[in-house]
Amino acid sequence: MDVSQYLEIFLDETKEHLQNLNTQILELESDPESMDTINEIFRAAHSLKGMAGTMGYKRMQNLTHDMENVFSEVRNGNIKVQPDMIDVLFQCLDALEEYTDNIQSSADEGTNDNEPLIKQLNDILNGNKGGAAPAPAPAKEAPKEESPAADGDAKWNNIVLDESQISVINEAKNQEKGVFGLTVEVQESCILKAARAFLVFKALEEKGEILVSDPSAQDVEDEKFDRDFTLIVVSDSPLEELIKAAANVSEIANVVGAPLNLEENKNIKAAEAAAAKEEEKAKSAPAAAPAAAPAPAKKKEEPKSAPAAKGGEKKISKPVVNRTVRVDIEKLDGLMNLVSELIIAKNSLVSASSQGESGTTSAAFNEQIEYLESVTTNLHESVMKVRMVPIESVVAKFPRMIRDLSKTLGKKMELYMTGEETELDRTVVDEIGDPLMHLLRNSADHGLESAEVRAERGKPPVGSIFLDAYQDGNNVVIEVRDDGNGIDVEAVKNKALERGTITPEQAGNMSDKEIINLLFLPSFSTAKQVTDISGRGVGLDVVRSKIEALSGEVEVKSELGVGSTWTIRLPLTLAIIQALMVVVGGEKYAISLGSIETIETIEPNDIKLVQNEEVINLRGTVIPLIRLPEVLDVKSTTNPGDSLVSVIVKKGDKLAGLVIDELLGQQEIVIKSLGKYIKKCKIISGATILGDGEVALILDANALI
Amino acid sequence: MEQLHTAKNTDIDILGDERRVAVETLQFIVISVGEEQYGIDIRYIDNIVRMQHITRVPKVPAYLKGVINLRGEVIPVMSIRLKMGLAADEITRTTRIIILRSEQEGNVGVIVDEVKEVVTLPVDEIEKVSHDAKGGKPVSISGIGKHNGELISLLDLSSITLEESE
Repeated sequence: MDVSQYLEIFLDETKEHLQNLNTQILELESDPESMDTINEIFRAAHSLKGMAGTMGYKRMQNLTHDMENVFSEVRNGNIKVQPDMIDVLFQCLDALEEYTDNIQSSADEGTNDNEPLIKQLNDILNGNKGGAAPAPAPAKEAPKEESPAADGDAKWNNIVLDESQISVINEAKNQEKGVFGLTVEVQESCILKAARAFLVFKALEEKGEILVSDPSAQDVEDEKFDRDFTLIVVSDSPLEELIKAAANVSEIANVVGAPLNLEENKNIKAAEAAAAKEEEKAKSAPAAAPAAAPAPAKKKEEPKSAPAAKGGEKKISKPVVNRTVRVDIEKLDGLMNLVSELIIAKNSLVSASSQGESGTTSAAFNEQIEYLESVTTNLHESVMKVRMVPIESVVAKFPRMIRDLSKTLGKKMELYMTGEETELDRTVVDEIGDPLMHLLRNSADHGLESAEVRAERGKPPVGSIFLDAYQDGNNVVIEVRDDGNGIDVEAVKNKALERGTITPEQAGNMSDKEIINLLFLPSFSTAKQVTDISGRGVGLDVVRSKIEALSGEVEVKSELGVGSTWTIRLPLTLAIIQALMVVVGGEKYAISLGSIETIETIEPNDIKLVQNEEVINLRGTVIPLIRLPEVLDVKSTTNPGDSLVSVIVKKGDKLAGLVIDELLGQQEIVIKSLGKYIKKCKIISGATILGDGEVALILDANALI
Repeated sequence: MEQLHTAKNTDIDILGDERRVAVETLQFIVISVGEEQYGIDIRYIDNIVRMQHITRVPKVPAYLKGVINLRGEVIPVMSIRLKMGLAADEITRTTRIIILRSEQEGNVGVIVDEVKEVVTLPVDEIEKVSHDAKGGKPVSISGIGKHNGELISLLDLSSITLEESE
């Protein structure tokens, strides 16, 4: 069967399940008794196994199968959660991730059987063998061994029933509910037997309750049945309806059924004799039944309506149904481009109408233009919202990472996260993971002190790392904070001198902040030792260049002995922004509104000189002036004595006044790249097309300050 | 805006009836820059547009004249005259911007004095230029073709679209 078309969905969902498993196992580690967590883990592992099996990834299936066995024993209370077990489980997740990565890159899971891991899992299982209950394997085989070969149509009479099941059957009969035996036979040509079987299960569960399944629900799901399976169903509906419901499933060859008569069950007596074995089954059966429950929806939807699969899966874990559609990001990009074009066209209309002689444009025309403006603005916002995803998808892997770091570094630490629901453009979210990881590793490795030092300083023995995300105007701010040592300015300075990055004179003149910023230079690492975690000197400059590539910025504040805070500031959207249009030397430029504080008129005699630089005193703050005509190599159209118009822009907490010739006003602009050809121009972040078709450049206020 | 009729590179029979051998041919657009004529391989040309307002970009080499809006895309435009070390462009009625396709760098426009014609040259009649003639110059020639008794220098487009190394 060609499953390649489902590969993408498989990968998406596998990653989701793996992430879920990571989170839940972490939770399990802190609360080993939580039944909810164990159930959730079991469900995720189970779905994972089913999916891997359906896609034909045998190694992946085997590993998940063994993991599932362990979870199942934990759930049955036969194994206690041990720290070593958690470690093994995490290693398994890593191995699964490796499979997934292999599949993603080559559609093949690779050849690593991960036998040591499987052995460790089995050891965990076997370590328990002498305990209260035997491993589930023999229990599973029991029904197979005991049911004699096909015996006419009344196969349900061969099913092994335990006492509790018999009592349920009797009770149902007392309540005048129907108890039926059904044997369902799938067509010989059927490829997805398990999937069909689950459709049958599903259909029957709508009518009543499936009491017993032979082979077990689990085996049926694993396609461990030949062509037929037999069920005992308790239902209010008549037998005909049940048979009809089951037969309605496609590729089902035959369904036979009859009211169940316990006296006819050949195994009742035998069952009594084999009481011990039945107890085993009683134990394993309830485990198998709920385990099967999450899978049917999944299997059913996967081959049929792929994009809806997610909805079906959610239905089980949460009662709220999420109606979602997975859309290729390229399609959204296409949509976004069209919206951009529309906004350009709208701007053309606006400028055409304002250029027309005042009497000629009718009120109705203006009204429609205004209407069009509000529609395009709303359309833009909606498309932007569609592209927004919570940063949760990237930060969710961090608790696990910190846990691992804590073990490898031998430092106790805890990660506290807030604002995971903060949303950012999908393209930004995809890129932000690595820089954040670098910063967290940096905090864990360099930031936090060893336990002894912490004790000396009177800090709690467990170090804290915080990751906070929140929206701030048109920006999203992500802060990585630790209560560790902070940055040792002197050490950085010495290192810089040693490396020849700065001269001693420079060092004398540099503020602490400037020295700290040296850390962002390529190949600058103060770690005394190169470690596996960080300290290769590639971290921070990569962080900065990545974030700047996203039009964001990164800053660090640090206090020696108290801790450091790394602040990443990212624009909410990348494609369309509100901008202030200005004229400099007869040329039009755009400045992003997001970076503008105020606009001030400055009298020439208010300008002071400090260290040969022009500054103004704005309400008590001294702000450097940047004369844009000089920066842009054009001749200003203003006269030297005139008062100056200055746009006050901010970068972090630095301010600067950009001196311009003329203000044009605010406008929504679509950012276009200047192309790779012109890449040397740092002060220009892009271009935009104005209403009249002319190109205006966008000034990068960050690069000017 | 002038749209190009992109004629198909059909093999033509140049040897008469005696030996019918299909010969591979290339088409070139002949442009004039100053006194000289140059050929540009038509496969690398996206479009030819009339001179229009160019938005200057500060802090870039002088031969990069700026950017234009080509159907909603922002395209950098360069002056081949300045790149060749000739006098600055005089904008006349015949001045055109040739938009070249470049995979690595994105599209780029080149200002030329005039676009003359499209010629078809058989590949085996294009004379290769030795490596000595290539080196050192800001704009180099990939070969020389003959057409109606005139020589046409065929531009090496990679040398045009490559940024000068500093």
